[in-house]
Order: sequence, then structure tokens, then C-alpha cells
Amino acid sequence: MGLLLVIVTALFFPGIILRIKSIASGRKGPGILQPWKNIWVLLHKGSVISTTTSYIFRIAPVVYLATIFCAILLLPFPGMPSLLGFNGDFVLFAYVLALGKFMFILGALDTGSSFEGMGANREALYSMLAEPAFFILFGTLALLTGHTSMQQIFESFQFAGHNSFIIGFIAVYLLVQIAMIENSRMPVDDPKTHLELTMIHEVMILDHSGFDLALIQIGTALKFAMYGLLIANFLVPVDAEQLIVNGEHLIMNSEKGIVKNVGEGWMVVMQVGVYFIVQIVFAALIGLMESFRARKKLVRNPQFIVTLSSIALVAFILVLLITFKMIR
Amino acid sequence: MENIVILAPVILSFFILVMPSGMRYFYTLGVTFFIILLTSAPAAGVLFHPAGVPQTFIAGGFLGTITFTLDSLGAFFILIVNFTVLTGLLYSNGYLRSYRSTKTPAQFALHYFSYTWLHLSMLCVLMLRDGTAFLISWELMAVSSFMLILFEAEKRTTLKTSVNYLIQMHVGLVLLIIAFLLVEADTGQFGFDGLPIYFSHHPNTPIFFLFFAGFAIKAGFIPFHTWLPEAHPAAPSHVSGVMSGVMIKMGIFGIVRVLTFVQSDAYLIGIIIMIIATLTGLYGIMMAIVQTDLKKLLAYSTIENIGIIGMGIGLGTIGLGLNQPALTILGFGGGLFHVLNHSLFKSLLFYCAGSVYKATHTRNIEQLGGLIHKMPRTAGLFLFGSAAICALPPLNGFISEILIYYGLFAGLQATSVFQTMSMLMSILALALIGGLALFGFSKAFGLTFLGTSRSEIYIGENVVGPGMLFPKLLIASIILLVGLAPMLFLSPLMGMIGAQFHVNPEPVVVSLIYALSKISLVGIILIILIIALLSLRKLVIKPEKVVYGSTWGCGYTAGTARQQYTASSFSANFAELADPILHSETEYRQIHEEEIFPEKRSFTFRPTDIFRSGISKIIDFSMLSLKKIARLQTGNIQHYILYAFIFILIIFTLLYLKIL
Repeated sequence: MGLLLVIVTALFFPGIILRIKSIASGRKGPGILQPWKNIWVLLHKGSVISTTTSYIFRIAPVVYLATIFCAILLLPFPGMPSLLGFNGDFVLFAYVLALGKFMFILGALDTGSSFEGMGANREALYSMLAEPAFFILFGTLALLTGHTSMQQIFESFQFAGHNSFIIGFIAVYLLVQIAMIENSRMPVDDPKTHLELTMIHEVMILDHSGFDLALIQIGTALKFAMYGLLIANFLVPVDAEQLIVNGEHLIMNSEKGIVKNVGEGWMVVMQVGVYFIVQIVFAALIGLMESFRARKKLVRNPQFIVTLSSIALVAFILVLLITFKMIR
Repeated sequence: MENIVILAPVILSFFILVMPSGMRYFYTLGVTFFIILLTSAPAAGVLFHPAGVPQTFIAGGFLGTITFTLDSLGAFFILIVNFTVLTGLLYSNGYLRSYRSTKTPAQFALHYFSYTWLHLSMLCVLMLRDGTAFLISWELMAVSSFMLILFEAEKRTTLKTSVNYLIQMHVGLVLLIIAFLLVEADTGQFGFDGLPIYFSHHPNTPIFFLFFAGFAIKAGFIPFHTWLPEAHPAAPSHVSGVMSGVMIKMGIFGIVRVLTFVQSDAYLIGIIIMIIATLTGLYGIMMAIVQTDLKKLLAYSTIENIGIIGMGIGLGTIGLGLNQPALTILGFGGGLFHVLNHSLFKSLLFYCAGSVYKATHTRNIEQLGGLIHKMPRTAGLFLFGSAAICALPPLNGFISEILIYYGLFAGLQATSVFQTMSMLMSILALALIGGLALFGFSKAFGLTFLGTSRSEIYIGENVVGPGMLFPKLLIASIILLVGLAPMLFLSPLMGMIGAQFHVNPEPVVVSLIYALSKISLVGIILIILIIALLSLRKLVIKPEKVVYGSTWGCGYTAGTARQQYTASSFSANFAELADPILHSETEYRQIHEEEIFPEKRSFTFRPTDIFRSGISKIIDFSMLSLKKIARLQTGNIQHYILYAFIFILIIFTLLYLKIL
């Protein structure tokens, strides 16, 4: 179910970002499905392959896409039992994505181009720096909720009391930023830049063409939607008796137990609806951020990424204060 | 009867020296097989036996009797040692072939003899409880590995490195002797058997850390690691694989063995081990990233992995201190499971690096590149090993790391702020180590095997024969097996830990089975997806539509191999970030404004190990003061008679004054 919804979202996601960016810059912009039309064309096109490359270059996009599929399978959908969830599944989530990244970096290095080497190096450095932020965030959530599987974390998170509101805010902020870094978007990388020297993601796929390029673009679209689902898990309510003001404001009911079974028919519809609202808001947010925000200097990027870890640390200390106050 | 069986390997090993050259390798292989059969069968029996009752063998002789005690902890290590020693020996035949023209048969004989003795001494270390016997085999292990490193003694650096290694091993030995003597002075028992008595009525921390320091020199915890990144590259690759894969783990074995006797202060000890291990892991991988020597990079990554193992052990000890069985099981389980995993992928990586060295005669990544076209199978295996060491699913490294993660997340739910914070810091460190390992190994693999060659290197045909590939494939298949069916290996390990530390592993194992089955499932789904997508790719891409051309150079068509990203440039931005810790040196003259036609210039990047320079300062100082004393050594016979006379005079005076 989660996978299906993510795929549906991924169909619209890049289109929405593009459209918002066009509107923000005063243009009409292409249709919502234009990026997928491009991918469809790419899938049928022939490809140019560098003679420097080896089998690594050919399997890299495949592994990249496969790992993203697996990562999505691990994510729960709010209110539904997750198929593959287990204690500590977010560790697997992070490491499966790391496998895809590893192969992607090697695919870029395989071309022997200095530009792609540069991009590969930056990708490796930034994702290394972003890793701790993700783990501290989940450490925080584990401490707050007492669970280590994503399903249980998200479910009990919504019933953790009024305090979870601020933690939820920080978590959503961090996840948006991590998603931006992992997808090589604005404050760290600019997908629309024209100079190879300042690119990260785009420079790594310079030599990919045809089917391989299409796989990477599908992967990128899915990755965005995947982070959208992760964020939606914080925002979509799970209990039928909860009052929804909008996607982001929830009235907590701390006396309620954890709901494990799938809700009533209309509840599912409502949850899916809220999920789509969250995804659309997320895409629009990215579009707006990219339109009004400048890319950071490359030398400043590490500083920016490490800041995320420190924000996560602040959240952790906050939780520490909250939980210890509750004990006394 | 037992006597003969135990003595047989020792006697058989001496025949290696007198075997004819053609037979020597196969004879050594035979002896090794014999030793492996002899030890593996009882070890497997003890390890897989539900109660894990230790077995004892007594060997008597004219010098007295030696008791071999085989318990489950030793059995676990014995199986690992046997496997890695076997693959190393299988690999050595192909690897050493090219040395046949330069080395004499006597040198080969000594090499194989030392190899067998390294194996024997490691097994003895794992089975002996008596202090004297233990220390003798510990010493034999150091000496035989010293002889193995010395194989290429004609190189000056090798000679220097191996002497340095021998000295540092003896510092460790002295620390162990002191520790054993202190225990003996109190309990009257020289050996591990005295430890429980000593620990029951003395503070545990000081004596434990004396043992810890002695064993840590072997294991390579910082700041005792300085011999390791020098010795591993100097040794022939199968020896590096065995040393890094299993020999340094004897240090880990020693630490865990002593920990089984600790009775109080476990919390404090655990925290200190945790801090040392975390720093070891971070420092090791940070140093690995900036290296340009392939085997040195692997050696520093060994230090990193020792750090991860240490984190597991520290966590387990904290669990002992807090009386939380879950932490003990997960911590020791993760740490010791990583001992197994590291022995697998690190030996694989060292054997691959050895094949690279054999083919290209260089270990410098700056000169390598594009090897995947010439050695596709070695490249694939190196990639496999790299993925495993970066703890990427579905391979084995991930399983041991997730166990440690479990333990750390379980430890988060504590009542003390200090513990929660230290657990979070460890999670942070482990995540960072994971990211850094990915960075380091994408450099190691990407720049060595991908792109095009950075220098003129001739690679002959079939340098890496099937004999060298077979042991690597064997290791790779076990890595995959551990990754996909971890419970096969974990359940005896968990039982062993439960028996050694007197906790019940059942509840943890039950929850682990569920989680690990899900991990295996995801691994299988991943593999199926990859295969499906690859076949789809094959189906969709029509060969006539594929055009081959050169790599896109932004319109510049005269690109050369020298314009590729190099190992130094790949690590440059990281080295800059980590400069406060790493202190790498760069030598480069900037181009002046007035210089219209810039001269030819060079760029050198030299990573330095701060601990190494610290230790060499101490060594330099002692060398200088010893040289001053050496002036007494004039070589003049009259002077020596004078010294003797002065000595007698002093003794006489002291006796006269009744001081002596």
C-alpha cells in the first residue's frame, strides 16, 4: 500500500516542483506529467556509453533504483501494519539507501572523468555528514516513545502528549532538510546549474544516457516521494477519533492507546487524503524554497549539514528534559 | 595417546624445513589440514553443545605437564583462526610464485615454517590457562609473525618496521607479565585461574587496565596502534590478511577472557572501553581515508573495525555492570560477531590488494586506476569486500553493526542522563564511522579499479590464477551466507556469551530471530529486484542502439588519464575538514602573479599519524640518551677491565657498609 501510494505520488512530485518554480518565476511552465514523459522517451532512446567504463557503470543505476524500492518497502503507511517493519528497521532503511549511494558514487568514478570524480567526492562527503543527523533524530524518537521500529515510533509518537508537538516540528524540519541534501536540492546543490564545477548530483550523471538515465530519474522521483511519506508519517493522524484541523495541526489525546488495526473505510480515505495533502505541500515547499533561496557556497555546505546534527542534538536534549521531568 | 596427538603437529611442522622445494607447499597444506581437523572438531563440539562444557587435554612430558582447556569462547575463536589461516595458505601458493626467482628455498622453508607456527601459537593462546604457557605461546606468536613480516627483508623499511613491531609486542608482553605477577603475588596462582580469586577481593579497574593495555597493543586500540599501519603493508599479503584477520583478534580474545572474570566496577570499565573504542574507530577510519597506500588504508580500516568490536565489548561490559542481560548479549554478541565478520572481509580485501600488488608492483593508489578492465574478478571481489566492510546490507558487516545499534538503542532507555548521553554519542560515532567507511572505501575501490590507469603500468596476462581466486571466492560465499542467514552463526555465539557471562540469552535471541529474518527477507528482495532490473535492462537496450564513445569532457577532447581525480584530491576536502585532528602535510608552491610561464612543479600530500610522531619522539629521546651511555662501549679491553674493577669495588664498598 505504502509502495503503491509512493509510486503514485512520485508520478506527480517532480512535475509539481517544476510547475511551482515556473509560476514563481513568472512562467506558465510545463504540464505536471512532463518529467515522466521525458523519462518515457529516455527509456526508449539509445544510449552512448563511454569506453572507459566497466560493468560497474551498467549495474550502478539498477542497484540505485532497487535500493530505493527496498527502502520504500520498509516505510510504514500511517495506520496500516507495515509489511517489513521490525525493531531497528530505520537502521536498515539508512544502510540500504547507503548501498545505493555507494554504487552510484562508484558508477560516477567509473567514467574516469575529473568532473564526475569531483561530484562523487562531494556526494560521499555530504551524505557522510548527514548520516549522524538522521540517527540522532531517530535516537530522539526512540527515547521519547520507547520503541525502535518505525511503525511503533510513529504510532506512539502521536499519543506522546503535548510535548511531542515541538519534537514533531523539529523532526519534520530536519527530515525536509535531509531530504533536500539526499536528493541534491537547493541549499546544498542546484539541479539547474550550468557549470560542472559547482554541480554534485548532475555532474555524476553526465555520462549516463538512455535507459540508465531514466532509471536514475525514476529513482530520484521515488526518493522524493519516499521522504514525503516519511514526513507524512508524522503528520497523518492514526486514530479515528482524532480531530483534523489540517495536515499539520493535531489535537492530542494522550489517554488513547495505540491503534494497531486498520481504521474504518472513511478513515483510510481521510488518511490517504491527508497523505496527499502533505506530499503536495512538501513538493510545493521544495519548489518555493528553490525559487527564493540561493545555493550555498560549496565550502559552506559541510557547516550547514553539521548544523542539522546539532539541531537534532538539541531535540535530543529537549526530550531528555521532558522524559526526566515526567519521571520525577 | 593424547600426548602423541598433541605433539604430532609440532613434530610434523619441523619437517617443513627439510622438505624438497616442490613438495613444501603441499606438505605445509597437509600439516595445516591436520591441525585444523584436530582442533576444529572438538571446538565445534564445545561451541555447538548446548551446555558448552569445557574440554581439557593434558599433555605430559619430561618438562612437566601442560593443560589445554577448550571452552566455548576459545572454540569460537579457534574456528575463525582455522578458516582464515587455511584461506591464507591457499592464497599464498599463487602469491609467492613470483618470488621463486628471487628467494632461496631456505627462505621459503622458513616462511612456511613460521606460518605453521603462527597458526599453532594462536591455537595455544586460545587454549592455555596457565600463565607461563600462555605467555610463551603469546611470545611465539609475536616471533613467528615477526619472521613472516620479514619475508622481504631486503627492503630497508620492512626491516625497520618489523623490528619496531617486535619491540612494541614486547612492551605488551612486559605489561602482561607484570599483570600476571601482581595476580600471582596475591593469589599464588600464575595464570588466568588466579584472576577470579584476585578480582573477588581487590579493586578490579587497575589490574584490568594493565591487562587491557597489554592486549590492546596486539589488538591495535589507540594510542597503541602505531605498529599496525606499518607492519601490515610491509608483510606479504596473505600474512597481512591473517594478521589483520585473526592475529590481532587474539588481543580482543585476551580482553574478553579477562572480562569474564571481572566481578565489580564493570560499569566504569565498560564506559572507559567504550570511550577508547569510539575514539579508535573514528581515528582509524579518518586516517584510512587520507592514505594513498592501498594496504595502509586497509590497515587503518582494521583499527576502525577494532574500534567497532571494542564498542560492542564496552557495551556488553556496561550491561554487566548495570545487570542488564540484553545489553550484555547484544554488546558482546555484536562485538564478537564482528570479530568473525572482520576476519572474513578484511582477509578478502588484503588478498585482493595482494593480487593488485602482484600485478602492478605498486600499492600507491595515485598510480593505479582502471584495473577493473585487466582484473575484473579481483575487482568484483574487492567491491564485494568493500560493501561488506561498509556494513551495507545484505552482507555480513551489517548484521554485526545492527546488533551493536540494537544494544545502543536499548541502552538509551536508562535512568541516568550520563548513560543516555554516552549511548547517544556512541550511536552518533557509529553512524559517522559508517559514513566515513563509505567515503574511504569508495575511494579505495573507485580510484584503484575504476577510470583509467594513472601511470604506465604493464600488467601481464593471468597474473591472478584460479589458485588465488578460489580462497577469495570461498570467503565471499561465506560473507553472503552470513549476511543472508545470520542466525546460523549467531545462535551458537549467543549461547556461548550466555554461558561465559552467566546470563540467559533466550529473550534477546527470540526477538533477534524475528528482526534478522526480516533483514534477510529485505536482502533477498533486494537481490531479486537487482536481477529483475538487470534483465529488464538487457531486454530494453538493443545493442544496435548503443554507441560507444569517450567520456564527456565538457567539450575538451584532449583529456588525459592524469586529469582524473586522484586519491589525494578525493580526500582533500575531508582532510581539510579534519585537519585539526589529522595534521596532514602538503607540499606545494603557489604560482606567483609575476610568473608568466610557470615552472614545472609538484604536489605532495603526506598524511601523518600524530600518535606515531608522539611515540617516535619518545623513542628518539631514549635513543639519544642510550647513545650517550654507549660511549662507555669503547672496544678497548683495558677499559672493560677498569669497569669490572669499579663494579667489584662498588660491591665491596656496599657490602662493607652493610647496605647490600
